[in-house]
Amino acid sequence: MTTASTPADVARADQARATDGASRTGSSLGYLRHAAGKLGGALVSLLAVLVTSFFLFRIIPGDPVKAMTHGVPTTAEQLATLRRQFGLDLPLWQQFTDYCAKALSGDLGTSFQFRAPVGDLIAEKLPATLLLTGVAVVIYSALGLWLGTRSAWRHGGLGDKLNTGIALTLWSVPSFWLGLLLIIVFSVGMGPIPGLFPTGGMESGTGETGFGYVLDVAHHLVLPVVTLVAVGYAQTLLVMRSSLLDEMGGDYLTTARAKGLRDDVVRRRHAVPNALLPTVTMIFINLGHVAAGSILVETVFSWPGLGGLFYQALSVPDLPLVQGLFVVFAGAMILMNLIADLLYPLLDPRVGR
Amino acid sequence: MTTAKKTEKKTETTKTTETTETTEAVGGTKAAKTSTTATSLVWQRRRASVARFWKQYRTHRAGLYGLAALALIALLAATAPLTVGADVQSVTEAPGTALESPSAEFPLGTDQFGRSLLGLLIWGARISLLVGLLAAALSVAIGTVVGIIAGHYGGWFSTVVMRITDWFLVMPTLVLAIVLATVMSRSMWTVVLAIGVTSWPTTARLVRAQTIAVESRPYIERATALGGGHGHVMSRHVLPNVMPLVLAQTTLCISTAILTEATLAFLGLGDPTVVSWGGMLQDAREAGAVSSGHWWYLAPPGLAIALVALAFTLCGRAVEAVLNPKLGVGR
Repeated sequence: MTTASTPADVARADQARATDGASRTGSSLGYLRHAAGKLGGALVSLLAVLVTSFFLFRIIPGDPVKAMTHGVPTTAEQLATLRRQFGLDLPLWQQFTDYCAKALSGDLGTSFQFRAPVGDLIAEKLPATLLLTGVAVVIYSALGLWLGTRSAWRHGGLGDKLNTGIALTLWSVPSFWLGLLLIIVFSVGMGPIPGLFPTGGMESGTGETGFGYVLDVAHHLVLPVVTLVAVGYAQTLLVMRSSLLDEMGGDYLTTARAKGLRDDVVRRRHAVPNALLPTVTMIFINLGHVAAGSILVETVFSWPGLGGLFYQALSVPDLPLVQGLFVVFAGAMILMNLIADLLYPLLDPRVGR
Repeated sequence: MTTAKKTEKKTETTKTTETTETTEAVGGTKAAKTSTTATSLVWQRRRASVARFWKQYRTHRAGLYGLAALALIALLAATAPLTVGADVQSVTEAPGTALESPSAEFPLGTDQFGRSLLGLLIWGARISLLVGLLAAALSVAIGTVVGIIAGHYGGWFSTVVMRITDWFLVMPTLVLAIVLATVMSRSMWTVVLAIGVTSWPTTARLVRAQTIAVESRPYIERATALGGGHGHVMSRHVLPNVMPLVLAQTTLCISTAILTEATLAFLGLGDPTVVSWGGMLQDAREAGAVSSGHWWYLAPPGLAIALVALAFTLCGRAVEAVLNPKLGVGR
């Protein structure tokens, strides 16, 4: 649920990507041209994000200052001061050019709530999010690949049905709800189960250093990671399963078997490497998705990362901070897509050369 | 018993045909007669294709379970005004005391205002389903229109449209929806709009591919040669051919939309005046159900969301496997 599209969507988008790539042919110079094209596209996308965020936050709310002070008694003078502070008294085109110039130099504005530069706030919270999402993505990619391979190799069997069934069920579960339940069962403790894990945060704050600190953080990491993995691994599983199924009709597998290779050698050495290609692309795209999807898990577990910051910004609403985080989340997605696009022809020689 | 029912149905069908024929006879002129026959032929063909679809759909057991679950939940939601009544939402006239444990009177306990959680759960199904359906419909409608137009016209126009679609495709949908819901006023329609406007690109891509495939067929050339304009070709020839794909896509979209709705409500971005499953989870969290271990408050709304989302996913996969076996989703 952390990602917005269904697993089937991803599988299809991936098919589209593969056919898209197959039409491109050329020499190794072709790869450079391909890379330059993708890089240019990513830059244009990023600019579009900046422009969109300007319009989202300055035009749609009508008066951003009123939206921000919603429910808080403010005098007319205070409103005027705020407007001047955010440059809202200038003409629209001038606001726009100011905003673009600032954003391009890395200045995302000042948080309304924390009275600190948005860029600094984000930089401070970034490592926690990278740790959480990094660990989660590694685990659920491995799990999804493993289960997807098993599922496809014995497709139609009981194991396959159970596997896909469980994955789809977990995928349908709202991540924040699963997190809350895990807290009740494993942190607060329920009946005979004692509170095994901390209810939230990233560290106990007992001033441990070195190895003790690492263990402490790992202890805090367990439940949020379990939540992200449970909700997210279905996508990897389904894509791996369907791409391996596509490979299974291949003549080269019959040849490999005719050579007398054992079944699991055929699987490991011949079928899986080919089926991995679309899945690897998807894992990169997922990385971008997970960063955004961790908003809920971080909120539920009070994890001190970007997602938690986003939630804090929303409840005010602290528009400059929301805007900055929107640009960062969208930028992460664009970056991950770019990496996937650049990697794909290198992994699959049939594409882009 | 079954045979009796079948015969009954058969006679009924024959009756309808008879009635149509009588109307035809009364209709008089020859031209009218042929046109009615043509329409009845069309209807016959449609009935046959629905029957064929159902016959194949029946073989997907997971899809049948999904359909049964949906029918049950839809029935509960539709009859909610009779069974629980609208005043179940009322904070001032709550029947119980705050945060009661499950009992005979309140099978799921009460919330912090003393309202029956079972009643709220049933009432909440209405808003969750409604928002999910509307948002999915909006998203698929935008995607279909964009996809058909981009596929039909081609050239630089199509390139620009698909660039925009691709851009939306890489946007983090949830973040965009949250941002939209934040900057607009709090209401159900804001949520519908936020979900619909952000989740259409996948549909647009699929529909565009299908449109291009359909337009390469000879009968489109025939239609154009006979003087059919752009509008005619798109609405009369392309649209009916992309509809099956759109149907499957809608079913899959609904589960995502319901999950997103719950997420937005949980973040406090939904309509605060109506009860929804996501909103109930937010209330539970605010009431401290987590730290006090009140799992009976938290568990049911989440289970309901998961059940509905799973049911729609199962149906969508079955529909897709029937209509588009090449995708291999249902294998």
